Amino acid sequence: MTKWTFWVGTFVAVAALWGINYSLEEYANPYIVRVIINCGIALILGLSLNLVNGCAGQFSLGHAGFMGIGAYTSILLTTLSNIDFFQSPMGIGWAVVAGGGAAALAGYLVGLPSLRLRGDYLAIVTLGFGEIIRIFFLNMEFIGGARGMPGIPRESNFFWVYLWAAVTFIFMYRLIRSSTGRAILSIRENEIAAEAMGIDVARYKVVAFVISSFFAGIAGGLFAHYQGFIDPSTFNFNRSVEVVIMVVMGGMGSFTGAALGALLVTLLPELLRVFAEYRMVIFSASLVAVMLWRPMGIMGHKEIWHFFKKKGEA
Amino acid sequence: MKPVKKALGLLSLSLIIFSASCTKKDASTSTQAANVMVGEELIFGEFGSMTGSESTFGVSTHKGIMMAVDEVNAKGGVKGKKIKVVSYDDQGKSDEAVTVVTKLLTQDKVHVLLGEVASSRSIAVAPIAQQYKVAMISPSSTNPKVTQLGDYIFRVCFIDPFQGSVMAKFALNNLSLKKAAIFRDVKADYSMGLANYFAQEFKKMGGEIVVDVSYSSGDVDFKPQLTQIRDKKPDVLFVPGYYTEVGLISKQARELNFKGVLLGGDGWDSEKLTEIGGDSIVGGYFSNHYSADDQNPAVQNFVKGYQAKYKEVPSGLAAMGYDAAAVAIDAANRATEMSTKGIRDALATTKNYPGVTGVITINDERNAVKPAVVLKVTGPQKFSYIATVNP
Repeated sequence: MTKWTFWVGTFVAVAALWGINYSLEEYANPYIVRVIINCGIALILGLSLNLVNGCAGQFSLGHAGFMGIGAYTSILLTTLSNIDFFQSPMGIGWAVVAGGGAAALAGYLVGLPSLRLRGDYLAIVTLGFGEIIRIFFLNMEFIGGARGMPGIPRESNFFWVYLWAAVTFIFMYRLIRSSTGRAILSIRENEIAAEAMGIDVARYKVVAFVISSFFAGIAGGLFAHYQGFIDPSTFNFNRSVEVVIMVVMGGMGSFTGAALGALLVTLLPELLRVFAEYRMVIFSASLVAVMLWRPMGIMGHKEIWHFFKKKGEA
Repeated sequence: MKPVKKALGLLSLSLIIFSASCTKKDASTSTQAANVMVGEELIFGEFGSMTGSESTFGVSTHKGIMMAVDEVNAKGGVKGKKIKVVSYDDQGKSDEAVTVVTKLLTQDKVHVLLGEVASSRSIAVAPIAQQYKVAMISPSSTNPKVTQLGDYIFRVCFIDPFQGSVMAKFALNNLSLKKAAIFRDVKADYSMGLANYFAQEFKKMGGEIVVDVSYSSGDVDFKPQLTQIRDKKPDVLFVPGYYTEVGLISKQARELNFKGVLLGGDGWDSEKLTEIGGDSIVGGYFSNHYSADDQNPAVQNFVKGYQAKYKEVPSGLAAMGYDAAAVAIDAANRATEMSTKGIRDALATTKNYPGVTGVITINDERNAVKPAVVLKVTGPQKFSYIATVNP
């Protein structure tokens, strides 16, 4: 890889995103644009949780909590602060990053003690954490409390959401092929063996957890600035479960699988709208069907290009 | 180089998806705020929580709306046009509500929006209705903020603070009690609004507030404040909270030998109230939107019609869904121009419309000015109709 091709590639990619964004806003039906953007936000959520639930083999049930922290932190900067810097469209990008940072910090604080635990305990701690966060927001009157927070500038769009989705995907893809990534994978395969090989298990679990929380916070910030309104019940336990479903359905540990899961979980309920009140029944039944026929998820541990390569090459 | 190639691959994929969605493009999206004329049929867009933990809200409201629309369609519709209702489920989630309202406005091209029950979801979607300039009528969002979000946002229910003045009038005029205490929930907007308006109206009409203390929702021990209240010997205690705390408060008040009458707002309206409060709450009064026991012929006709159609007693939410649709139909009938703007303008001038939940007038703030009913707790899960209090 030469530096030159890398920069040209990046430039073309960003320009293409910008172009698509412009044409979507000008010509496409707003409802379809909304569904596409919801998919993008789900992609970031699914890809980030995959690192903890899929690659590190831990079970986190508090992704919505981190998303909530990102959302509320970023709106504090754009909507409730008087700093002009954050009111501009570019500034929203910075506020979203700040949201991710706050979520990462929270992830570090939660992860540090609880990732020393094994198995189901982490699920319970993260579940509890998610609920604590939600109830904390519920009781904060200055960010709207239970009534919610209206009037957030609607500045995130296709460009920002898919730029971040691409960044998340590339980051995860590179990470898992680095020594850190290999260490994280080894924890999933066998924690005791990994420890015997000299891997600081607790440390790598925290690393995975913090990175995952960071991107969840980013997704939250983008979500808040796309909706223009957030309330604490948006970040309840059900949303955490939704993200877990994306990962489990797509295939634990496969990033293209998590992406596919995210798309399915977002698109299916929309496509099934014609069935009115039965749509959630059909949606749930299709989830059960996937789990019956492919218990390892649609992709399993594999990435999508593994299916196109000749045997022996992967 | 691999990841960049992958990213480009992803991009081209999204490009394909995009070009597919683009073919559905039509002219009206670029002029989104245009005044849309009503075509062959008048389309109502309804969105509500048909599934999820609040599904009873959405389903009851939907039944009320469908009843109103079916009645009018059976008589030939509005100005010869049949009404079509497109309804979508938002699962009780605010982000889903925003998505379905976008769909209703841009794909189904509805002329009037009906929804939501919960104030937070109405607040979430109101800016979108405003952006596309389509009138939105909330059947039962009582938070004052909802209609402040734009001049296309209406409601057919009264707002929270109004109940405070209703109970003040009721205590003075119907119960002739002049010494009141207030016990408010500092954490709820709703409770603060009711308490403030109660105090204001009660003092204005010559009553006396002897003590005004507070609690926070989630508390379980109210005895310190209740002792303070008891020692001032008020005739009535106004507790504008939600049923869980109210049940506990009434129980502890009676344990402390408090003799006054308890009053409250529609936050009391739950079968859990008597489950938690037991006998202690019996004899208390609270304000509400509607009562199926009201002997007013408009109410009794509605109850009969509803029972014939759905084989159940209509809840307050069904009655308000009915009224929301009926007010929209009335506005379409009066509209000088059959268009989204014409209907909006007619809605704003709704005056003395005889609805099921009372005579409705829409004021300058697009809120409904209408009476409230006062119910008395008479036994386990039994609330009986006592009076109608006009604004």
